Amino acid sequence: MIKKLTSVIEWSTLLLSTGIVCLFLIIILWDLISKGAPSLSWEFVSTLPREGMTKGGILPAIIGTVLLTMITALVAVPFGISCAIYLNEYASDNWVTRLIRASIRNLAGVPSIIYGLFGLALFVQGLQMGTSLLSAGFTLGLLSLPYIIITTEEALRRIPASTREAALAVGATQFESIVDVVLPSALPGILTGVVLTLSRAAGETAPILFTGVAFYINNPSGFINQEFMSLPYHLYMLSTQHQAIEEVRPLAYGTALVLIIVVFLLNLTAFYIRYKHSKNE
Amino acid sequence: MNKDDIKLSASSVNLWFGNKQVLKNINVSFPKNQITALIGPSGCGKSTLLRCFNRMHDLSPDARIEGKFLLEQQDLYENDLSVTQVRSRIGMVFQKANPFPKSIYENINYGLKINDVPKEKRQSIIENALKESYIWEEVKDEMQKPATRLSGGQQQRLCIARAVSLRPEVILMDEPCSALDPLSTLKIEELIVKLKKDYTIIIVTHNMQQAQRVADKTVFMYLGEIIEEGDTKTLFSDPKNDLTANYVKGHFG
Amino acid sequence: MQLRARERIDHSVKLLVKTTGFLVIAILGGIFFMLLWNTAAFFLKIKPMDFITGTQWNPSGNPATYGILPLLVSTCLVTLGAMVIAIPLGIGTASFLSEYAGKRLKNILKPIIEMLAAVPSVAIGFLGIVILGPGIAQLTGQPNGLNALNGAILLAVMALPTIITVAEDALHGVPHMYKEASYAVGASKWKTLIYVTIPAAAPGILAAVMLGVGRAIGETMTVLMATGNASAFPKGFFNSVRTITATIAIEMGEVPYQTTHYYSLFAIAAVLFLITLAVNLLGEHYVNKFRKYHSA
Repeated sequence: MIKKLTSVIEWSTLLLSTGIVCLFLIIILWDLISKGAPSLSWEFVSTLPREGMTKGGILPAIIGTVLLTMITALVAVPFGISCAIYLNEYASDNWVTRLIRASIRNLAGVPSIIYGLFGLALFVQGLQMGTSLLSAGFTLGLLSLPYIIITTEEALRRIPASTREAALAVGATQFESIVDVVLPSALPGILTGVVLTLSRAAGETAPILFTGVAFYINNPSGFINQEFMSLPYHLYMLSTQHQAIEEVRPLAYGTALVLIIVVFLLNLTAFYIRYKHSKNE
Repeated sequence: MNKDDIKLSASSVNLWFGNKQVLKNINVSFPKNQITALIGPSGCGKSTLLRCFNRMHDLSPDARIEGKFLLEQQDLYENDLSVTQVRSRIGMVFQKANPFPKSIYENINYGLKINDVPKEKRQSIIENALKESYIWEEVKDEMQKPATRLSGGQQQRLCIARAVSLRPEVILMDEPCSALDPLSTLKIEELIVKLKKDYTIIIVTHNMQQAQRVADKTVFMYLGEIIEEGDTKTLFSDPKNDLTANYVKGHFG
Repeated sequence: MQLRARERIDHSVKLLVKTTGFLVIAILGGIFFMLLWNTAAFFLKIKPMDFITGTQWNPSGNPATYGILPLLVSTCLVTLGAMVIAIPLGIGTASFLSEYAGKRLKNILKPIIEMLAAVPSVAIGFLGIVILGPGIAQLTGQPNGLNALNGAILLAVMALPTIITVAEDALHGVPHMYKEASYAVGASKWKTLIYVTIPAAAPGILAAVMLGVGRAIGETMTVLMATGNASAFPKGFFNSVRTITATIAIEMGEVPYQTTHYYSLFAIAAVLFLITLAVNLLGEHYVNKFRKYHSA
């Protein structure tokens, strides 16, 4: 009897910690949805902010985040996939390869604010791109790069050697075997990694602080050489820097909800790709 | 053996993976339009030797090869000979069926496409290759089906069709039946025997009954060396070397 | 296509992808060089000892002071607090997932943890302001509850998914025979977990903790929003603190280029970089140790 009781207590400890972790997500979602939903409307997502940001919508921030994420993808995806192909398909195991791998792991651990500094020094000042959508996109591209490389390489590693050999044996060059056979087979895995990485980039704030994000712009159709608004930064500003913080709280909640919807939709897309792929195998 | 009857040969071959020597002073030749079996316990280097002939080791950076490989008079490792040319003359079938993750049609069409076979000729070549490999009747109505949905035996026959579609002179087979059930194995063995009138075939196998059923010539390898070679019947019934005798009687391996 | 042309493409592609591989080294090198260069410029003006041992960070004061200690202590304080919360919760959850949860429950819990990992840091910081802050204020009688404790709790939430995922992998990787040996002598599931599985997975769990620490130390937005950012020397968890990351975020936007103040922000970034580098290398060391131990 006592033995049974202790085992229940022991078991409950683990269950409790798991419960608390789940509770965190529930609190986050519950609070954002219950308080953010009343602010959501077609007007909120389709109009400009008005009256010193105390009224109106967040259209420029949505556009900014979408464009920013696209530039990030354009930089990080080809670069990252190419690097992963080199590591998994071509590189032999020598000190240079080990140095590249060590660099990737370390880049993945570099704090995002340091990427912000690097973007400021390299793109904004060094390459004279100014504080702009392009500078910020490039900065986020660098930040995303190690994750794209790591997930792509994992997807490539799952493709058995015999698949490559099949193409080589009928006279394909190594490049042809990669493009025609290896990449298509690894595509679901690569896509999952790309989408997850982009969802993370879309929510990043620190790297864009000094590279191009702006509190307010009145031109929603941003150009890549201009400053831009973004959802996470807008949320940061509304919740900490605005002169009428309490008054704009509903707008902040609305922005937070839109941000988290964007990020979760990207995540669900990735889950869906992964699920479908695992069913096919 | 008359020199003209030799299709493929290797002389003074040594091969290392890193510091480990896997093949030691190999000298062997393969007669034209015959089936030669490479047998020996696992790890003896028979697959490694097989893969030398279509230069499958080119991509492993730690492999180092010495010696001469000849396809008739052509040196296979000559500097200005491209590896893709070698591979279109020497086809290969692998241990585990490895169809491309594409349709049945595309599986054969792919090799033809990259080898510049004109489009209008491909349809008949594909059909012939599938017929030659005795799988046409089973797949002719569903050419667009993914090849990965075929059974293991069908997949392997499709892979053989893929190899023969390019009209190679030699077909290398690396334990082609090791992953198959007895019935599929039987079908593939019949197919291999029928193919020998058009192709020179080298088959690696760990199955001695299989070697006796299909091979004209058998080569026994042990620890990276060729111990004995000769006419299949003689090698199995009257082996000259004690190692060979013990192996073919099933005492080790 | 001609064979020659195909081979030329093959060759060029090989060169191209190789170049991208080398560019990765160049990026890390670039970051390193940028920090080094600007830090050197900083140390031409400020004595390294004043920087390392100074207890006041007040670059706009007169005279300006550049002591990193208050920032460093703040960062450590918040990270320490986060780990005190996240390590037991993380290991508990990982154990539950690996040893107790059935397949179906796992299929529900894993996406939940992935979702938690996906919540942007700025949203977590926001909730620190609107939920956690008022809560802490009520409990302690402070005006707003934006302090080290608030930051620590939020960072724990952010570090948890990393810790859980890596620790679960480690627990899962413990060979089954160890556990069976324990069951065979009559040990309960719990005793097996505490005395066999967790010790066997210790290097992997340490790696998980290190990765969690790395994540917490480098996090900017949550601490920027939730810790109050007072630059005084921190005294405890109920004090407002200002971490290295928050200092960079606040001040970089306002300083003129190439002033001492500007360089000083790169200097504290260099310190941050070195700390995260050390933490990540340590984590990697434990991962390798774990692998070696169990593949032998």
